[in-house]
Amino acid sequence: MTGAGALGGCINVSAPDAPIVIELNINIRQEVIYRLAEDAANTIDENADIF
Amino acid sequence: MKIFRNIGRKLFLLGAAMTAATVVVATPASAQRDPAYASARSTGALGEKVDGYLGIVGAATPQLQRLVDDINIKRRAVYAQKAQENNATLEQYAMTAGCQAIARTVPGEKYQAPDGSWKTRTSEAPVRDSRCPA
Repeated sequence: MTGAGALGGCINVSAPDAPIVIELNINIRQEVIYRLAEDAANTIDENADIF
Repeated sequence: MKIFRNIGRKLFLLGAAMTAATVVVATPASAQRDPAYASARSTGALGEKVDGYLGIVGAATPQLQRLVDDINIKRRAVYAQKAQENNATLEQYAMTAGCQAIARTVPGEKYQAPDGSWKTRTSEAPVRDSRCPA
């Protein structure tokens, strides 16, 4: 680490400004969502008090 | 003045019929959002999350937390049943409903963007997960 020492011995690691996003539901595929879409829309209509 | 009595009776019957009709019409109204929930949505205190559940947008209060928990528990029960009927997982069904619930937000309401940030719905289409149906 002679080189690093010559530069002051510090390595700065700065956190990114933007939040690190962990993509949830990465295993949910688009085709599954498309298959369920109409049923889910009906479910929301039928349960209007909680949506 | 028999004629006036008859008119009076008809008006009474009409009134009774209208009252009955009101009762019939009022029944579906019980399936609407309760006022506390409707108010919290419109002020942006809570919003629709990508995962199909409600989230608190700003500072949580015990009342707000209870409201969100109560609705999310009910949503989860509905999702679980519907997921089973459709041979899907709870998470798949919930996320699909989340796509729809975000699409149905009205201007001023809050929703969660795919990056996790809260956004205020405008007249523009909401920013949704790329897997959400159009």
